[in-house]
Amino acid sequence: MTGIQHISTSRRIKDKFVQGLVYLAFALAVVPLVSVLWLVISNGLARFDLDFLTHSMRGIGARDANGGAYHAIIGTLEQVLLASLISVPIGLFTAIYLVEYGRGGRLSRSISFFVDVMTGVPSVVAGLFVFAFWILFLGFEFSGWAGALALSILMMPTVVRSAEEMLRLVPGDLREASYALGVAKWRTIVKVVLPTAFTGIVTGVMLAVARVAGETAPLLMTVFFTNSINNDPFTGPQMGLPLFVFDQAGRPNDTAVDRAWAGALTLILIVMLLNLVARLIAWWRAPARGR
Amino acid sequence: MTTHLKTRDGGPATRRSASRRSHGEGPFRFVSTAAGVVLLGIMAAIAVFLISEAIPALQANKGSFFTDLIWEPNSSGVFGIGALAFGTVLSSALALVIATPIAVGVALFISHYAPRRLAAPLGYLIDLLAAVPSVVYGLWGVAFLVPLLRTPSQWLNEHLGWFPLFAGEGAIGGKTMLAGAVVLAIMILPIIAAISREVFLQAPKMNEEAALALGATRWEMIRMAVLPFGRPGVISAAMLGLGRAMGETIAVALIFPATFDISFEILTPHANSIAANIANGFGEATEMGRGALIASGLVLFVITLLVNMGARMVINRRKEFARTGA
Repeated sequence: MTGIQHISTSRRIKDKFVQGLVYLAFALAVVPLVSVLWLVISNGLARFDLDFLTHSMRGIGARDANGGAYHAIIGTLEQVLLASLISVPIGLFTAIYLVEYGRGGRLSRSISFFVDVMTGVPSVVAGLFVFAFWILFLGFEFSGWAGALALSILMMPTVVRSAEEMLRLVPGDLREASYALGVAKWRTIVKVVLPTAFTGIVTGVMLAVARVAGETAPLLMTVFFTNSINNDPFTGPQMGLPLFVFDQAGRPNDTAVDRAWAGALTLILIVMLLNLVARLIAWWRAPARGR
Repeated sequence: MTTHLKTRDGGPATRRSASRRSHGEGPFRFVSTAAGVVLLGIMAAIAVFLISEAIPALQANKGSFFTDLIWEPNSSGVFGIGALAFGTVLSSALALVIATPIAVGVALFISHYAPRRLAAPLGYLIDLLAAVPSVVYGLWGVAFLVPLLRTPSQWLNEHLGWFPLFAGEGAIGGKTMLAGAVVLAIMILPIIAAISREVFLQAPKMNEEAALALGATRWEMIRMAVLPFGRPGVISAAMLGLGRAMGETIAVALIFPATFDISFEILTPHANSIAANIANGFGEATEMGRGALIASGLVLFVITLLVNMGARMVINRRKEFARTGA
């Protein structure tokens, strides 16, 4: 027989069968995403209103239907901002060291390895560490700042990895052109390399912020709880939005559970918005890099 | 070292003289290096302070930390990690068994099955699964998944009850190990899928085309050219997922019923984990109780550290291999 032979039926069936399985796997993975979003939106809208966003839980009785997450939103914003102020400089300089200075040395290899390992530190362990170090050992009180310390530990490795990736994408020609003009290495990094990689780094930082904004566990043992508004992250317990959701979800009343869903909706909106904007920045920048 | 090239500041040949020539180079380099060292220091500090704050509680423990199944540091002063460590390992192993096949399927779908144009957005959709906060998964698990699993659990118990995992009498379904494991599986799926996808995309195009040219079907091509190449990557991705699942806290803290026993019956409401116990117990803990929780956190830190280092070593070895092989 000449020409191309037909594929035997059993092989074709097997091929189609696996194709079916692969499509099914993807469908299975999307189902929980849709289900989570649907449930959060449909349950969260019941209490998601101006009253919820502008009031705290101060003086709200166990069965009262009102009350809101204002104190928690303020807390989360301050904690995440402080965590970024700590982790972005450290993360960025570490990335600069890894890419520009440390090339392949023993120190840079061990830093690189432990940055990877650090991404796997459980968030609850980061919280326990800050509790053990900041509150037990150094004797400070529970505060938003302690929470920010814990969150910054979780942010750092993400910031380092994304910044490192972006710095490596900066073409060596650019650096060499700058050297050839007699510019010092550090000025080359500040004036040429960083501006070139800037949007990419911003994207990475925003994704890191989105990741830690939803962390609950480290806040439990650093920020503690409060029902009142505390604008000062450096003194006294604060609240965080994820913590608010956890707290309300654990209460037995339906009114509290409704608040938990509304809090979850607020949290998801913040996190998804950060994600979306970060991806849009990356996408908008992509053509320049893709050439 | 030859310096006769007379390049200007910072050129590769005269890196040493650059600091002498320009102000700022030295400090800048110092700050960069210091930032990296700070990172190493944090990792060391985590170990040091967890150990130092755990020691007093461990010394005051009236029971045996490694073998006891009781956790009563606040009242009787006896606490043991046994049941909690068991729950952590069992729940994350189950999660891994559920998540890995689906994640590999998702990775293959995006790398080899989906239309090119759609691959990137669909991959982003999977990444969004990782963006959903843990506490939201916990809420979803309690409100949606727990009721959903009740009927299948009862069916499994009735028909496959001889199998140890599905055994058990009395209350079947509810806040079970299975429900927690499914939520964990959903949470670790994106990371396993993302890494596997990267590895599958790196599979040598030549081999794939050669297999297709010899008349292989798409599945045969994947089995011969993609899967053997991707296996180490998938294994390390699964290990990273395992580490993630072990450390996952709030979702399982909301779902697990916080019992202290060693039970393989994943369909009955017996489940707990180290992380869940920390989250649930911290609020009411006394000084001794907090020390005990820190000790359990130390155990969790060590386990996840070992799993993660193992995974990273597999990946790094592969990376070096790929670089020299290319």
